[in-house]
Amino acid sequence: MTKPEDEITWKDLEIGSIVAEPGNASQYKTGDWRSQRPIHDFSRCIKCGLCQIFCPEGCIEQNPEGYFEANLYYCKGCGICARECWTKAITMVDEEE
Amino acid sequence: MMTKRVGIEVSLAVAEAAKLADVDVIAAYPITPQTHIVEHLAELVANGELDAQYIPVESEHSAMSTCLGSSATGARTFTATAGQGLELMHEVLYVASSMRLPVVMAVVNRALSAPLSVWGDHSDAMSVRDTGWIQIFVENGQEAVDNVLCAFRIGEDRSVLLPVMIHLDGFHLSHMIEPILLPEQDEVDKFLPKNNYPLPLDPAKPVSMGDFAPPVIYTEAKWAQEVNLRAAKEVILRCWNEFGNQFQRYYSPVECYHCEDADVLLLTMGSFSETASIAIDKMRKEGKSVGLLKLRLWRPFPFMEIRQAVKDADVLIILDRALSFGGPGGPVCSEIRSALYSEEKKPKVISFVGGLGGRDITVGGFEEIVNRGIEVSQKGSKKEFEIFGARE
Repeated sequence: MTKPEDEITWKDLEIGSIVAEPGNASQYKTGDWRSQRPIHDFSRCIKCGLCQIFCPEGCIEQNPEGYFEANLYYCKGCGICARECWTKAITMVDEEE
Repeated sequence: MMTKRVGIEVSLAVAEAAKLADVDVIAAYPITPQTHIVEHLAELVANGELDAQYIPVESEHSAMSTCLGSSATGARTFTATAGQGLELMHEVLYVASSMRLPVVMAVVNRALSAPLSVWGDHSDAMSVRDTGWIQIFVENGQEAVDNVLCAFRIGEDRSVLLPVMIHLDGFHLSHMIEPILLPEQDEVDKFLPKNNYPLPLDPAKPVSMGDFAPPVIYTEAKWAQEVNLRAAKEVILRCWNEFGNQFQRYYSPVECYHCEDADVLLLTMGSFSETASIAIDKMRKEGKSVGLLKLRLWRPFPFMEIRQAVKDADVLIILDRALSFGGPGGPVCSEIRSALYSEEKKPKVISFVGGLGGRDITVGGFEEIVNRGIEVSQKGSKKEFEIFGARE
């Protein structure tokens, strides 16, 4: 959708609220559900990719150096990556704003 | 126009109407008293008279779910149910209207359990009045046939795109053999254009239907639906008018029978209006100033037409065939009372509930209701409504 969500009027909606633009769920920012964020310590990371495999949101990507990092636009802060990481390279810290 | 008048059971005539509408898909589960409609359709498909997919399903929930999928592809879709079957469909009914899918369904009105009753009343219809469907009540077999045809044209209209229920009373109407004019196929084809759903499921142009809406969008989605259902009334009126011009049978949201100058009006819905009209004839002959209103369009509710029809009467007596337990009595009466509340000039509204679970109301019964209504209007009453015919 071209407008931000909170500016869409009832007249802007497609018939029956059909989503006519495929794949636009990627615009949905699930990152703002988060109360904790993962902090990656690359000095401990062995690039095994286990965090990526376990991430239920599929939001952990490999950066150009090969380290794994959560995309905070989508990361909901569940902490599964931190729990599963063998080398304790990930710690969860409170979002404080 | 040459049209044959045939003696036919109303259920079979409803199936014939769906055939005349050249439906593409029928998904249904048999339930008394709707059974003859879907049995006949199954037969028409099986013997090659109707080129359609007949999908026998394992429940009414599946029937309506199948209808959603079918309608979403742009196929003309028909189903029928009654009573408990309509209840089992309940949650899916909202999806059909919210997704703007023009399914047409004949609802053969049946009382709800318990105690189990296969006979007719309007409890099932009233329980689905807030599901966002267009709801039309018919009085006789001819109206049932004509309005099944109209339902496709109304529902599939580009500015409407909503599902439509045609309500016919179980047994009192569904199982009667009546003389019915079945329109010729070429006449129906002239009246009813092909279904042209604007956003059908198409692998070449993928869309998502029935999606998730966060709080930031849900209110807008519901308001769009409400505006749309209200606006559908104009299309319904136009459709009935054009149907009348072509077939010489005109329909209106509220039909008046001897209402002109009547001091006392009786309002009924569905097949009981036929018997009530005989009572009105009789009372008119006796010099009583009475008239009958037949409410045909239940959703969208015809506020303006109701206000117009009753404005000069002193007393309006409403017979409901459903009971809102612990509430104001009859749902129809409750609706009309609230429609009239803000009017300066309005009749006294007297509420009766009767004809439940197939209990007949005779001509004498309607006379009794009218006379009792007049008495209550004069003496006053603290009761929200009276039940008619319950033995003390």
